[in-house]
Amino acid sequence: MPPVLELRGITKQFPGVLANDHIDLTLEKGEIHALLGENGAGKTTLMNILYGLYQPDEGQIVVRGQPATIHGPNDAIALGIGMVHQHFMLVPPLTVTENVMLGVESVRNGLFLDHKRVAQRIGEISRQYGLEVDPDAVIADLPVGVQQRVEIIKVLYRAADILILDEPTAVLTPQEVERLFQTIFALVERGNSLIFITHKLKEALHIANRITVLRNGRVVDTVTPDRTSEAELAAMMVGRKVELVVRKKPASPGDVVLQVQGLYVLDDRRNLAVNGVSFEVRAGEVLGIAGVQGNGQTELVQALTGLRPVMDGEITILGSPVVRATPRQILEMGVAHVPEDRQGDGLVLSFPVHDNLVLNTYYLPPFANGLITQEEAVIATASRLVEEFDVRTPSVFVPVSTLSGGNQQKVIVAREFSRPIQLLIAAQPTRGLDVGSIEYIHNRIIQKRDEGTAVLLASPELDEVIALSDRIAVMYKGQIVDIVPAMGVNKEYLGLLMAGVKPEEAVRAAPPQVEEIEMERVF
Amino acid sequence: MAIAVTRPQARAAFMNRSRWMGILLLIVGLLMFLLFGRGLEPGQEATFGLNPGKDSQAIAIPDLTLPVQPALYALIMLTLFLGGWQLARGFRSAGAVLGIASFFFVTAFLTWAARGKSFNLVGMLSSSLVRATPIALAGLCGVVCERCAVINIAIEGMMLTSAQAAVVVATLTRNLYLGLLAAMLTGAILSAVHAVLSIRFRVDQIVSGTAINIFGAGATSFISARFLEKNVDLLNNSGTFPVVSIPLLSKIPILGPIFFENGIIVYLMFILVVVVHIVLFYTPWGLRTRAVGEHPRAADTLGINVFLTRYVNVIAAGMIAGIGGAYFTIGSVGRFDEIMTAGKGFIGLAAMIFGKWNPFGTFASSLIFGFADSLQIKLQILRVPIPSEFLLMAPYLVTMIVLAGVVGRAIPPAADGQPYVKE
Repeated sequence: MPPVLELRGITKQFPGVLANDHIDLTLEKGEIHALLGENGAGKTTLMNILYGLYQPDEGQIVVRGQPATIHGPNDAIALGIGMVHQHFMLVPPLTVTENVMLGVESVRNGLFLDHKRVAQRIGEISRQYGLEVDPDAVIADLPVGVQQRVEIIKVLYRAADILILDEPTAVLTPQEVERLFQTIFALVERGNSLIFITHKLKEALHIANRITVLRNGRVVDTVTPDRTSEAELAAMMVGRKVELVVRKKPASPGDVVLQVQGLYVLDDRRNLAVNGVSFEVRAGEVLGIAGVQGNGQTELVQALTGLRPVMDGEITILGSPVVRATPRQILEMGVAHVPEDRQGDGLVLSFPVHDNLVLNTYYLPPFANGLITQEEAVIATASRLVEEFDVRTPSVFVPVSTLSGGNQQKVIVAREFSRPIQLLIAAQPTRGLDVGSIEYIHNRIIQKRDEGTAVLLASPELDEVIALSDRIAVMYKGQIVDIVPAMGVNKEYLGLLMAGVKPEEAVRAAPPQVEEIEMERVF
Repeated sequence: MAIAVTRPQARAAFMNRSRWMGILLLIVGLLMFLLFGRGLEPGQEATFGLNPGKDSQAIAIPDLTLPVQPALYALIMLTLFLGGWQLARGFRSAGAVLGIASFFFVTAFLTWAARGKSFNLVGMLSSSLVRATPIALAGLCGVVCERCAVINIAIEGMMLTSAQAAVVVATLTRNLYLGLLAAMLTGAILSAVHAVLSIRFRVDQIVSGTAINIFGAGATSFISARFLEKNVDLLNNSGTFPVVSIPLLSKIPILGPIFFENGIIVYLMFILVVVVHIVLFYTPWGLRTRAVGEHPRAADTLGINVFLTRYVNVIAAGMIAGIGGAYFTIGSVGRFDEIMTAGKGFIGLAAMIFGKWNPFGTFASSLIFGFADSLQIKLQILRVPIPSEFLLMAPYLVTMIVLAGVVGRAIPPAADGQPYVKE
């Protein structure tokens, strides 16, 4: 029997980048094939070609032994290829039923939408694969885990049997990930075949039958999980040996730098996003905030940095209240902010690298002399920082938008870390970065901690929070449900809290600390 | 954990908005007393006519006569009570309370204005509906455009141009229906220009809309001055659609003459409100339109043609604006005057926002603007001691108050105004 899907010598050239370079890939029936690679390795480009969103410059796609040309999503759907995108392609104000039938609507009387029939079919798919969901629920009201189920149902509703899952675990809690894996096993058991795109080594090893590693648009190798290891996969992904652990000394906390007392903050839709949060961060320690995205972390960080008004409560930095302080006043107190949305809030994309490096100090000497900007001083400092922080850029004069994500983040880190700072507030500092950049940024953060800076780290990546933090606070629906020491913490316990289980109940299911204390943790 | 302790404070801060609403209601009550409640002569009466003119087919009923002083005091007390209740206990829907209070205020104002005189209420409501018609059509045009995420501020220019096209074609061919068709075609052409600029060339939609508005004003004024004024009988005298009474329904007292004795464009507007609602919420096309307006990339990945959806919607919306334009000439006066749309296209957009991008909501809010417009004229006739310039401001004032968001913020389609770029 021929493989259900075969890619032969797929090549795609974008201006300046060879995104896919003669890629070969086969997918057998009933197989889970992991596609592993860093951001920018060409995984998503390859899958977009398969789904008809791009056309390959060279190469051939063979589906069930037949050569196929895929000009758009409609062709892909007709061939039984379905895709669950990393950023869900769901329309938030519409219901589950409406989202599922969008594009392939059922009609009655030749004109009107037939919600009933579609809901019925959704019920059937739900039962078959254990994908519980209320067909009449509005997407915006559903947690991300359920939204992902809707995405999978959408694909199955279109009768696809070749499924592509693009980074499906990025937004899930550990328990939700486990549940997704159950669904995936149920899918392949029933004869579907699956391509699982990820940059997480553990996941690939855990569920795949075969793993193909991509780097710089080329296939490095295709291996089976029993013949390889995490370290080997990481080396293949990055092209060199990588330290998979964050090495750090035990923290030696000093005075309280940031104190938050009874904080209430509203989100953009005037709902209570931060609901009575209290905590403190001391000099020389990292307080990690774990939690599924959208549980108030964003608003908390914005309130702390003066970007969002506080409704009630107190924030004290180094003894002075800052609830009504402007962002500039706060940063002048020695607070550094690595924002969550680096392109939106961290950089002015159209500005050159050198201007982005002085965005928070441009008005001070030596960069300004009264009203006049001192261009030479800016350029000299920028050149030094680019060198020091290993920003890979052709020059400091190119727009920062032309840099890769990892290098853009390094620009922000260089700008924030090069000042004398007392408090570092980092929100998702490694989101979307490659292993090499993650390693670099983690080490920089730990280095700051060891210099005596207080660090507040908010990240939905639980492994990252555990690896970097000294204490971990779990946020759920705007509240901090528990704060535990990071040393020897039980990941399962945190996962339960992130999913909304009360600490009293979570303790019964999983102890907060595991007995053996690992000194170095793999992330 | 200290979470529970501070929670009531947060709730108290939350109450602020509803407390302000209570204070606002009390101020409205007080204002009613200061403006209308003082210096009334006891025993004065206000008569509200409930029958339209003598041509009407509706069954005649007796007029409504109100004793002015007791009626006003009752209304003032009710408003103050609403405010007090809102302050003390709070109503569930602040918007509804505000609506009721506004109704009391307007009723009090009319009672005061009509004291010792007679005032044809049905006549005014009927003219409210007629004046709301072009606003509702403009609003519907906005709904159809913005639901697929194309902002259209060019409705004013489209209506003005199609108003002129309608009268010229109708006069030349001596056929009002051809005039209507010409208006729709003109709307469609201008809309297609807007569509190409904003979808294909991704021009800023406000800029494109403004350009069409300026073009509309300039071109129609030029044609009007150069040709129409010199050849009025040949080009600019079409007559108007006759009033069509719907059998039986038009005989219902009060409602009959308001809703069922109108010109064809008013009926068309009713039909379009219903049709747009059904298409938008009950058909595949509507579902796709809404998806394209909220999350075009999602629609694209499901094989929906985002560009085609937008083109069709924007051009269809242009035809609706064309009908709205035709109302001004062949629907009401039978000739074209320069800048005769007088901002109705923009008020239509306000109605769309106030109506939360829903056809029925848009229609309902256009009635408010139509009411303000028709009230202003009636008050001039009643010789209310308010300068006529202020009265003329009424519809625009209402627009500003509504848009300032007294009744809470409306959420537009998520992708509104953003051109779609395929990856």
